[in-house]
Amino acid sequence: MNKESIISRLPFSNPFLFVDEILQVDDSSISGKFTFSPELEFYKGHFNNHPVTPGVILTECMAQIGVVCLGIHLLEKEGVKDTPGIALSSSEIEYLKPVYPGETVIVKSQKIYFRFNKLKCKVEMFNSDNERVCTGKIAGMLLRKDKN
Amino acid sequence: MSEKEIISRLKNIVKPYVQRNEGLENFNEETDFLRDLEINSANLVDVVLDVEDEFDIEIDNDSMEGMLTVKDAKSIIQKKMAV
Repeated sequence: MNKESIISRLPFSNPFLFVDEILQVDDSSISGKFTFSPELEFYKGHFNNHPVTPGVILTECMAQIGVVCLGIHLLEKEGVKDTPGIALSSSEIEYLKPVYPGETVIVKSQKIYFRFNKLKCKVEMFNSDNERVCTGKIAGMLLRKDKN
Repeated sequence: MSEKEIISRLKNIVKPYVQRNEGLENFNEETDFLRDLEINSANLVDVVLDVEDEFDIEIDNDSMEGMLTVKDAKSIIQKKMAV
């Protein structure tokens, strides 16, 4: 499947799309990147006069690349052409280093299992110095709309 | 494996995913995973994967969809183990 078409099928858009590019994808793994624009609204309040990317946003970025994009690829292999219905079901993340406005991160995800519509992955995020900034596990439900 | 043994192993498997503890106290064949234990569909997937490991069986999509109560799970386990 072509990497651009994965992004075009994502059910997110500005200001809540946190995927710029898919770098690699296969049936068990994916990697992608995103640059946190200094213009993003939440930097105004997190924190006052000291902008740092919120952990929930890092988690969202990891989930969008690591679980949703990989899920779209895996469903495509099963013949699902539409954007799936998605729901985050669990996340267990450690935050190791801060991510500042303007930084570009790479998310790498490895499938743990994809069974009964649930995709669970081991997901890591790296900064441009290739330092690991987050690591953990994220799972989501992917509902095949066209089979209902 | 006796029915009692299967049900006691099932109870141990579901424990970490239960949101409603009263349901666990009255755990029996009629216990409904969603209604009585408030295990959501995402966590029910993990219950099924743990059942596969515990009983060394494979559960297919149709069986999964029919697994609403402890009794359903027990029957599926017995059927798969007999194969």
